[in-house]
Amino acid sequence: MNSGKRSIQISLRPAGFTDLQQIVNLDAKVSGMEKKEYWEDRFSRLTSRDGRHLIVAESDCVTGIQGLANILGFIVGEVRAWEFGSHPCGWVFAIGVSPDHRVQGIGEKLFEAICQAFKADGASSVRTMIARQDQLNMSFFRAQGMMGGPFIELEKPLD
Amino acid sequence: MRLQKATHYGLYAVLELARDPSRQLSAMDIADLYGISSNHLSKVLRDLGRAGLVDSVRGAGGGYRFSGNSKRITLMDVINIFEDIGSDSSSAADPGDETDIGSALLMVLGEIDEISRATFGSITLDTLLKTMRWRQERREKAVE
Repeated sequence: MNSGKRSIQISLRPAGFTDLQQIVNLDAKVSGMEKKEYWEDRFSRLTSRDGRHLIVAESDCVTGIQGLANILGFIVGEVRAWEFGSHPCGWVFAIGVSPDHRVQGIGEKLFEAICQAFKADGASSVRTMIARQDQLNMSFFRAQGMMGGPFIELEKPLD
Repeated sequence: MRLQKATHYGLYAVLELARDPSRQLSAMDIADLYGISSNHLSKVLRDLGRAGLVDSVRGAGGGYRFSGNSKRITLMDVINIFEDIGSDSSSAADPGDETDIGSALLMVLGEIDEISRATFGSITLDTLLKTMRWRQERREKAVE
């Protein structure tokens, strides 16, 4: 997802309800798991409230199914504040780029766009949570300048 | 956490050379920059050469040049040449490790090791050099 050898003309915009199926498909391709109900819920929350963002990257030259724009990537996040004393902070909780269009700077542009949106919402930092073994996303976020922050994730199984 | 001296020297050398891949530096040049032993660094550079991360250029004006892919090579790749960080801390090595307290302590140490490996494994040389430049720019902005 780093900017790299090739580049493609893309546009970024907030997602609309007509993008839902394409995002469900792209997420299923990237994560290996289809989560239609989750995305329907996300759409109803994210597209209707301040501080919540779902941004898509679409190709300027490739048209997708039924004449719809071809979505090559998406990023999702929201501004959250005062959890255990945390100042307003943008949380990125999903990013996905079509595997056929990686290393073309799409992820980087999506990340920059959501950071600008968080800043406009009053956030002074951006945060995410990644599985330790998820080297692809971990390396991507590191390459955007993200480092270990002042909070630590803790969990336990619920028996 | 502490890394072994050779690992530290290896990281200094690889990052210094990766900063400008067209530049050649001798062991002495790098040792002077970091205030370290050039004898020890020479051995470290030979190990880096065997691992394919640096090329040695012989003759007058010779030295070492970075020969890897800085967007692919992570800090963990360099560290692994010199030491194995926390590879078996989750398995019992001392008799005390098999006690309830010993095994609970091993679990905590294992957690720290896993975080260390995930951190080193996710930072490429390119990312570290970029982060360094960003920090410098931020410091300069703060002074203005």
